[in-house]
Amino acid sequence: MSTPVVQSFRYIGKKRRTKEDPRFVTGHGRFVADIALPGMKHLALVTSPHAAARIRAIRTGHALALAGVHYVLTGAELCAATEPLLIGVDAPKVLRYPLAHEVVRYSGEWVAAVVADSRALAEDATEKIEVDYEPTEYVLDPEKAIEPGATLVHPLHGSNVLYRRKFVWGPVEEDFARAEHRLAFRVRWGRSATVPIETFGVAAQWDPGRQLLDVWASIQMPKYPDQTARALRLPGNAVRVHFDVDVGGSFGVKRGIKHTVLVGYLAKKLGMPVRLIEDRLENMRGGDMHGPDRIFDMQAAFDSDGTIRSLKIRALDDVGAYAGRSPLQLGKPVGAIIGPYQIHSVEYEPISVLTNKTAQEAVRGFGQSPTNYALESAIDHVAYHLGMDRIALRKKNFIRKDQFPYLIPSGTTYDSGDYHTVLDKALAAADYPALVAARDAARKAGRLAGIGIASCLEPSGANSSFEPLFNPKNDTTTWMDSCLVRVDLSGSITGVMNTSSAGQGHETLVATVLGEVLERDPDTIRVVHADSLTALPSNSPVGSRMAIMLGGAAAGAAQKIKAALLAIAAHNLKAELSGLVYRDGGVHLRGDPKRSLSWAQLVEIAQRKFHLLPPGLEPGLQAKFVWEVPTGGGLPTADGRIQMYPCFSFEAHVVLVEIDPATGQAKLLRYVCGHDCGVMISPDIVHGMTYGGIAHGIGAALYEKFAYSDNGQLESQSFMDYLIPSALEVPEIAIVDHCTPSPLTTFGQKGSGEAGYLGAPAAIAGAINDALAPLGASIAELPMTPLAIWTRIDAARAGLKRSTP
Amino acid sequence: MSEKLYPVSIEVNGERHEAQVTARLTLVDFLRDMLRLTGTHAGCEHGICGACSVLLDGEPVRSCLMYAVQTDGRSLTTIEGLAQPDGTPGALQDAFCETHATQCGYCTPGMIIAAHALLETNPAPGEQEIREAIGGNLCRCTGYQQIVDAIKLAAAKRAGSSM
Amino acid sequence: MKAVPFEYARPATLAEACELLAAHGPEAKLIAGGQSLVPMMAMRLARPAWLIDISRLAELQCIAAPAGAPADQDGQFAVGAGVRQCVMERDPLARASLPLMARALRWVGQVQTRNRGTIGGSIVHGDVSAEIALVACVLDAMLELRDSLGVSEIPAREFFLAPMITSIAPEQCLTEIRFPVWRNLGGNALRGCAFDEVSVRHGDFALVSACAQVMLDADGRCLRAEIGIGGAAPVPLALPELGAQLVGARLDAQAISAAADAAVDLIDPEGDLHASADYRRQLARVLVGRVLRAAKEDAMSKAGVAAA
Repeated sequence: MSTPVVQSFRYIGKKRRTKEDPRFVTGHGRFVADIALPGMKHLALVTSPHAAARIRAIRTGHALALAGVHYVLTGAELCAATEPLLIGVDAPKVLRYPLAHEVVRYSGEWVAAVVADSRALAEDATEKIEVDYEPTEYVLDPEKAIEPGATLVHPLHGSNVLYRRKFVWGPVEEDFARAEHRLAFRVRWGRSATVPIETFGVAAQWDPGRQLLDVWASIQMPKYPDQTARALRLPGNAVRVHFDVDVGGSFGVKRGIKHTVLVGYLAKKLGMPVRLIEDRLENMRGGDMHGPDRIFDMQAAFDSDGTIRSLKIRALDDVGAYAGRSPLQLGKPVGAIIGPYQIHSVEYEPISVLTNKTAQEAVRGFGQSPTNYALESAIDHVAYHLGMDRIALRKKNFIRKDQFPYLIPSGTTYDSGDYHTVLDKALAAADYPALVAARDAARKAGRLAGIGIASCLEPSGANSSFEPLFNPKNDTTTWMDSCLVRVDLSGSITGVMNTSSAGQGHETLVATVLGEVLERDPDTIRVVHADSLTALPSNSPVGSRMAIMLGGAAAGAAQKIKAALLAIAAHNLKAELSGLVYRDGGVHLRGDPKRSLSWAQLVEIAQRKFHLLPPGLEPGLQAKFVWEVPTGGGLPTADGRIQMYPCFSFEAHVVLVEIDPATGQAKLLRYVCGHDCGVMISPDIVHGMTYGGIAHGIGAALYEKFAYSDNGQLESQSFMDYLIPSALEVPEIAIVDHCTPSPLTTFGQKGSGEAGYLGAPAAIAGAINDALAPLGASIAELPMTPLAIWTRIDAARAGLKRSTP
Repeated sequence: MSEKLYPVSIEVNGERHEAQVTARLTLVDFLRDMLRLTGTHAGCEHGICGACSVLLDGEPVRSCLMYAVQTDGRSLTTIEGLAQPDGTPGALQDAFCETHATQCGYCTPGMIIAAHALLETNPAPGEQEIREAIGGNLCRCTGYQQIVDAIKLAAAKRAGSSM
Repeated sequence: MKAVPFEYARPATLAEACELLAAHGPEAKLIAGGQSLVPMMAMRLARPAWLIDISRLAELQCIAAPAGAPADQDGQFAVGAGVRQCVMERDPLARASLPLMARALRWVGQVQTRNRGTIGGSIVHGDVSAEIALVACVLDAMLELRDSLGVSEIPAREFFLAPMITSIAPEQCLTEIRFPVWRNLGGNALRGCAFDEVSVRHGDFALVSACAQVMLDADGRCLRAEIGIGGAAPVPLALPELGAQLVGARLDAQAISAAADAAVDLIDPEGDLHASADYRRQLARVLVGRVLRAAKEDAMSKAGVAAA
């Protein structure tokens, strides 16, 4: 791995052990299931066996008769007592509550909740609850769901389309007419998700004396305390979410708002603490944490020299029976809709569709990875069509490093990048000529082998302007984050972050930044999580935003502290600010270092010696910094152009794959990822998330699928059938770094929490298709399981008509 | 009518515990809920993810696939028991910190148990042997790379050589 | 995912275990390793009212050296049903006497499940793709079953009836599996074996598995062969007729290919989430070919002869 050459830092960018690791390696993490509240009761769910049905009756008598069972809650009660959960698009008739009300809309939907002394007893009781269902018609195919006459998932909404719009940015028809070539194809991103090893859990306790609901949860969600309070019809300051709970992985999905409303309602009603820890079956079937399930119909217009002039993208996404934020996953890619390429115009038609399946939730990248898969497939199609090298074609169309900041047709400006260099670095690290030789040798020996290249953007910073873009009634433009820094009487530094973490190393991030700005050792800096009553505003770790937003806020707060120290020094050393030097927390006179005040002395003045404080400076030593996302604050234009995320990281994957032609089994033989996220604040953390993102991508590309039977049953509802890659499926991965700093951030950092996942499926699909190409076979659907691959090999060999990719 | 309770006497991390348990109480739930040793985690409860791994008489097993009653009279080691006698992390745990082999921390205890068991029987494992030894421990955060590096580092340190 | 309530007993003797089975009948399940049973109980698919723990019964732990058998008969290697898979994997005598089992065990579950799972438990569970069950069928092992009334025997090849269903009665306990150890057919005979399977990930249930054991003369001619396929029929399937057809032939590419094709006609695979019936047929063909090739190479390697 090469070290990027940037401004020299003391702590930023250096190898450093994280603050979080020590507690995890000794088993001293504090996850929600580790918290035992005195008198706590446990929840289990009764779930629907039907894809669609009317609920005629629920009989709870036998369940309530069991010893240790305290309560059975049904939808009728809950829906009357709470507000429906929010949906990201304008669809007020698509109502969603934590429990089904009168109707179930997917198999696995939660119908009733049992509260008992133990989880085991609660499960026993769920078996005693009798529900009379009247099965009704259901629809599972999203393309059928949008046809006239389709069964409606939410009849009051009038259709199964949650959102649909055709955006036209630039002279698309003209570009298509004038181009020398056109092609069209379809690819399909199968339904999968990032499925963390820890399921979602939430515990709540109502304090009647304080009229306060305490909540501990495995949560990664913007506006979670607010939405919880709203749904429970409580004032916002009647809910206290404890953000210091360790979250066992989330990668977007842990938006357990329905779990929380359920548990919060019961805790308040019953006057006892209540906890729900999803078991794996509840999680997979009814946790509402499935990911994008998307059909792309792509058209490309291009010239013989490889210039890609225009794209038409139709993206049909099956969100399942309910939606929270999920339809917006079609909106975020607007901000990187042409990828890293200079494409003149683009038409984008997102369609969000309801079916009788488990509800979808935000997944790592928020729709960008499926979009990158579609974009890179288009590039490869163009290359094959022209007989042009896939690398040369990409380089020809790449935005050049001298063209930044680069405005794309949909209205977003990319901040900086050097795509050619990153790709070249990846190719060099992979020893590309040797890779080609290895592939060709394998082919000569009768094996199927292929190389995949993917060059993809990682939008970062989460200026979530897809919200107003997709819902004009929602004119939210504030995407802020914050940090508070305190220096105590002893001179110790504490940073306070205002949201939860799920393994991204935020404590290390903040300590490193504070240490850098204040020139104090990060190992001496403590970072804590506020609770939602004491927290400054935060939009939580989504959209690869924290390095930018939390890092920037920490730097901003530290700068204020530093300014205060300098002001104290100026006042006490009787010098102008310009005559002072700040070093390692102390201040001395430029040219006369003996005239100085140490960190300890400055702290003492700030904390205890008001008489030595400069007039107007507040006593104590603390600062807060709250700020809006760079480039944020804008609303979309009438034709849907909008500045979306501010900073654009970039990844170039080079993959060598071999396929056993007899069995369809694919093996990743070589994996190289070139990665540019600007300045890395903590390289180990960035690399770790990149490796992990690639592993997620391998899962989505080759193994993972929430598969449904023809009667709407989730067939892959446990880890026996939902196949997560192990250390034997994920190969050794080489990451090669590059750094084009962002001009928009404090240190030049860009976000990278979604790294690897955004490009890996595209690269692996490219490799598999390169391997199949000599047979005249191809595969245009993820996951590319051995069965799927072999089916295409078999068809090609049988000389059957090649299926449209 | 409440469930029948069974007496068990189980040694955990060198300490003997006497308890009364229902037959259906799994070993992972016994460790977490009754002994409050919450370092061992439940990820799937059907024996696939490995987050619940513990050492039973020194061998790594899935504690979600055992009932506490089955371990009466046996000896267990959990992640809490892998520290040094004075409480500082062991060499393997230190290696995990050095290579940043953990992110969310949820799979980590089980992963360390599996790695520990490997190094006890095979002090100088190759890459493939390492991956096979942790092949039954799923991680969604790390992509396994830094975990493999940590195990190699720990093995090298054990051997007294420097990396 | 908590099991339904049950009562638990850990009898000190096999006889006691059988008494308990007789008393509780279909309401009781035996538990040894539990690696297959406990997940089913967690999902509430298995709901025994009684769990009888036989994992510590010394009577089920034997790994018996082959008795001195007459030269014209196969020897016998007896394995107690409670022998853990990891123990079988490591035992030098077991590896030497039953090399096919040694090869199969590498594919069984994961390291951690092999530390608890037993040879007998895997057989009684009756999964169509279970490797140990397939080896038992292919080697034509004899299963010993006990209940409170006495002992009975059944060939492994007759034990499996349908997916997850064996002929074991609720009151019976599988106690021992007696594997034939092939006698040497002529002084220079070479024995070889191989096990292979295709699964989606390492350690997953096999989509299809296959194994073969062959005995060749010094010229590479087949003296004896047994082949089997797992995961491609309602039961683990030994194909003795196929093995018989190979006797007398050299296992050249043509013979192997013909055998593989013939094998496909003998199976009846189902389709599921991970594999269609056609795909299973393909895998069966491929794997039979591979294990015959590998078994032959294994045999030839013992004579120091390069494989043809």
